Amino acid sequence: MSKIVEGLKYSESHEWVKVEGGIAVIGVSDYAQKEMGDITYVDVPEPGDTVEKGVEFGALESVKASSDLFSPVSGTVTEVNEALCDAPELINEDAFANWIIKVEMSDPSELDALMDAAAYSELVGE
Amino acid sequence: MRYYDKLIFELSKKGRTGFSLPCNEYGRHVSELPSELKRSSSPELPEVSEVDVVRHYTNLSQMNFGVDTGFYPLGSCTMKYNPKINEEIAAMSGFSSLHPLQPACTVQGALEVYEAMDKALSALTGMAAFTLNPCAGAHGELTGLMIMRQYHISRGDFGRTKVIVPDSAHGTNPASAAVCGLEVVVVKSNADGRIDLADLKPLLDDSVAGMMMTNPNTLGLFETEIIRIAEMVHAAGGLLYYDGANMNPLLGKVRPGDMGFDILHLNLHKTFSTPHGGGGPGAGPVGVSEALRDLLPVPKVVREGSALKVVGRAGSGDETPLSAGEVSAFLGNFGIILRAYAYILMLGKENVRMVGPLSVLNANYVKECLKDSYKLPMEGVCKHEFVFDGLIDDGASKAADGQGATTLDVAKRLLDFGFHAPTIYFPLLFHQALMIEPTETESKETLDAFIDVMHRIAAEAAENPAVLREAPHGTPISRPDETTAARKPILKWNG
Amino acid sequence: MGQFAYFPHTDEDISLMLERIGVGSLDGLYSDVPEDCLFKGVYDLPEAMSEMEVRRHFEALGAKNSKLKIFAGLGAYDHYAPSVIQYIVSRSEFLTAYTPYQCEISQGTLRYIFEYQSMICMLTGLAVSNASLYDGPTAAAEAMRMSVACSPKKKRVLLSAALLPNVLRVVETYARYYGVELTLVEAEGGQTSRAALERELAPGDVAGVIVPGINRYGIVENLEGFADLVHDRKGLLIEYCDPSALAVTKTPAEWGADIAVGDGQSLGIPLCYGGPYVGFMATTDACLRKMPGRIVGQTADKDGKRSYVLTLQAREQHIRREKATSNICSNESLMALFVTVYLSLMGPEGMKRVNDLSYAGAHYLHDRLLSTGKFAEAFDKPFLKEFVLKPLVPADRLQEVLLSGGYFAAVQTEEGYVNFCVTEKRTKAEIDAMVSIIQEAEL
Repeated sequence: MSKIVEGLKYSESHEWVKVEGGIAVIGVSDYAQKEMGDITYVDVPEPGDTVEKGVEFGALESVKASSDLFSPVSGTVTEVNEALCDAPELINEDAFANWIIKVEMSDPSELDALMDAAAYSELVGE
Repeated sequence: MRYYDKLIFELSKKGRTGFSLPCNEYGRHVSELPSELKRSSSPELPEVSEVDVVRHYTNLSQMNFGVDTGFYPLGSCTMKYNPKINEEIAAMSGFSSLHPLQPACTVQGALEVYEAMDKALSALTGMAAFTLNPCAGAHGELTGLMIMRQYHISRGDFGRTKVIVPDSAHGTNPASAAVCGLEVVVVKSNADGRIDLADLKPLLDDSVAGMMMTNPNTLGLFETEIIRIAEMVHAAGGLLYYDGANMNPLLGKVRPGDMGFDILHLNLHKTFSTPHGGGGPGAGPVGVSEALRDLLPVPKVVREGSALKVVGRAGSGDETPLSAGEVSAFLGNFGIILRAYAYILMLGKENVRMVGPLSVLNANYVKECLKDSYKLPMEGVCKHEFVFDGLIDDGASKAADGQGATTLDVAKRLLDFGFHAPTIYFPLLFHQALMIEPTETESKETLDAFIDVMHRIAAEAAENPAVLREAPHGTPISRPDETTAARKPILKWNG
Repeated sequence: MGQFAYFPHTDEDISLMLERIGVGSLDGLYSDVPEDCLFKGVYDLPEAMSEMEVRRHFEALGAKNSKLKIFAGLGAYDHYAPSVIQYIVSRSEFLTAYTPYQCEISQGTLRYIFEYQSMICMLTGLAVSNASLYDGPTAAAEAMRMSVACSPKKKRVLLSAALLPNVLRVVETYARYYGVELTLVEAEGGQTSRAALERELAPGDVAGVIVPGINRYGIVENLEGFADLVHDRKGLLIEYCDPSALAVTKTPAEWGADIAVGDGQSLGIPLCYGGPYVGFMATTDACLRKMPGRIVGQTADKDGKRSYVLTLQAREQHIRREKATSNICSNESLMALFVTVYLSLMGPEGMKRVNDLSYAGAHYLHDRLLSTGKFAEAFDKPFLKEFVLKPLVPADRLQEVLLSGGYFAAVQTEEGYVNFCVTEKRTKAEIDAMVSIIQEAEL
């Protein structure tokens, strides 16, 4: 049974979004983390890069798999969680405490199309 | 096999040498090079004696399994016996001492091998002409796709940028397509494990450059609708590409050219018996139909009367306007071509007819003998290989922790019994895929021994899956920590 | 059926196996194949030969090739390969092994690749190396693509016109289909022009620049300041090098290059009419994840024993499919073993001696050729084992005379120069004999 945090927005590709002012803090769900197994590398964009809703912005790698990360919102990357470069396992330890990128949203209304915790919980069958 | 724990660097002792070279009698020295062009300090290569080197690498070799050690039921890899005469031929100084740029008149023997190999492969596949320049299967595949693109470009048809690839394809297919600037479109398999024609039809429009297939496919099943598929692809203006990784069951029985394929690559290190060398060198000749002959890469070997020559070398001024270009340093992995040609001569026109049938016989025999212990998702006659979807009883119900044995565990346990593992977790259509290909060079006795062990492993799994999950037990190392290897990569010796 | 050494089946085996399968005949195993697809004709192939006949056949073919004393380079070098190499690489445990995916029974292969990677890092000075690529030119093409992968918004790569012809041509082929625009940076006075490089970099749209360490004229290039120019424009500097020479010449790392590529043939691999050779690639930690090909890493097994595995596989084609950094699967593993054994035997001192003998012989030949009056200096620039001269006599005729004397030398280049190369395998007596042929010939 994976953990789902109330109050966050979720995408169908298992990213979560926490809104802090005009900034979207983005990570992956506990469910996604469990599906991947031991994460060995997090491929992330650089601050200043633009991301687009539904388009890949990076990837998670395990020993035998790779899974693309899709941005739940459009905008400009303001910050990248550098800690994940040296310690990708942080996502396995706590997927919600360890965000991946922060994005200054160009269209906050995109958030409306995302799921709330209850809908996401239904999606992953829990 | 026995564990040996040294790296060559750890045997090094300052002042020791393993070389023997003549004296410098010229009175000139490399120290004359201007200092701004010299490296600041010597590379820290090991300093070891000749006997240190021989013992070290002999010890390393004893931690390795090869075809000469035992049976490899490795699906899609065609690990057949590597005849020893081939090695002697490749080492003959009449070939091994030739510089690749020597004038044609001084290498007629080598060019004859090239020409004869082109003809032999054409005869065996039903294609019109081959290039032997690509150095490996994936390299041949890339070259073949370049020819495919070149065909459309040469006709002024610039909009064909998509290539159709089945969902069961080898991973290289989509990767090669992407490297060739083609967009991959996936066509689904139907419930029989073959290409779904209904899914294919709408994909075939004027943006399609062609379609890549293996036949038999990665499930070991012959694509029975192949003639229809070829017609559909051609009607849409595309070309049909044959991934020769699975050619072995067809050798001597079915020719890709007769099935309607326009371009193909072969893996000489699979179908034509050259050794895998622990991951290369291989060779990936590419054959084409008559219409595509002029698109083959340069340089190429051509006959002019009684002499052979090489055309299209850089700087030669030869006109080869349609050629897809140069894809490797010279004329490919000549040493591998020699070996494969020796194999073809040993086989001859009659024995070659038995290669495919005996490989298919072996595969079906193993499949029938094991399907009572392993899940067989596709019934019926297979070709050179087949896929099980894991154990019928993985032992989960008896295990204290409720965890059964997986395909990985079966593979690792096989190592304890002196067999290589099958290909696992491929194709991706099944979660516990275990893909087995016994080639024609394996005897009934070898297969029976393998079948016995596979039954024994299945019985062990049902009783106590932990034995499998801890396997291998008798190899030089146990399962290594691959996660740490990827998270904190150590990729060189750091003293 | 007749007996054949590579088929172990007896007629009885075949019947028993068919019975177990439940199929009446071998043909029955192909009942799913449409009739139209079955080949009913006769293969246009020779009759089977016995091993003795095959041997004789190849001996006859080999005799149609001329064994020449090689005084030519241009990307393939006649260096000496110590006896130990052939002895080790012929061990069937190395030769007949598959790719080391089952690491528990492949520690031999994995460990020598780890040693190979370490040695390539020692020669280039760079941080990481892969397990090998096909050959030098395709390694350069992979580096071209890698530079584009490192700055995905740029689609232009610069190539020095002084690179070897086959390197230029292979990179051009790969770039054409991948969709990368290439621009040649001209050579001036036998070296990559710094001014032309600056000019081409100016628009800021260049992902990578490929320059030779030792170029097509044999000249050891001075790359001082190149890296700064390229890095200022956020591109990667790629150096194409002869790894044998790197034992004495400035390293790619010292020049500030981000990627080093080249052909390892000069490290103990026979000429063998052009292959199999081995491409090498080394790069910085920063570019590691974009490097194509297999990589071996060190780890420990469950009991803490030092172990080696294929690692960072999530970059590769069998996992990432169309998103992989390259389509490469097979590398040239056994050829990497040639290189590893060679470098182990030679060590730092042996490599210095090889370069010393090659340098000394080449300079001796160079001066003697000039003294014949039949050549003029093409460039007055530092070279190592290979150089070009302007022939003052007809070059075709010159090569013919040399061939009939048993020498492969004076290869004509596109520019009308002739190439000579001397390795430690050539003796002073051979050089003197060849020069006197040139001296005496009526050209």
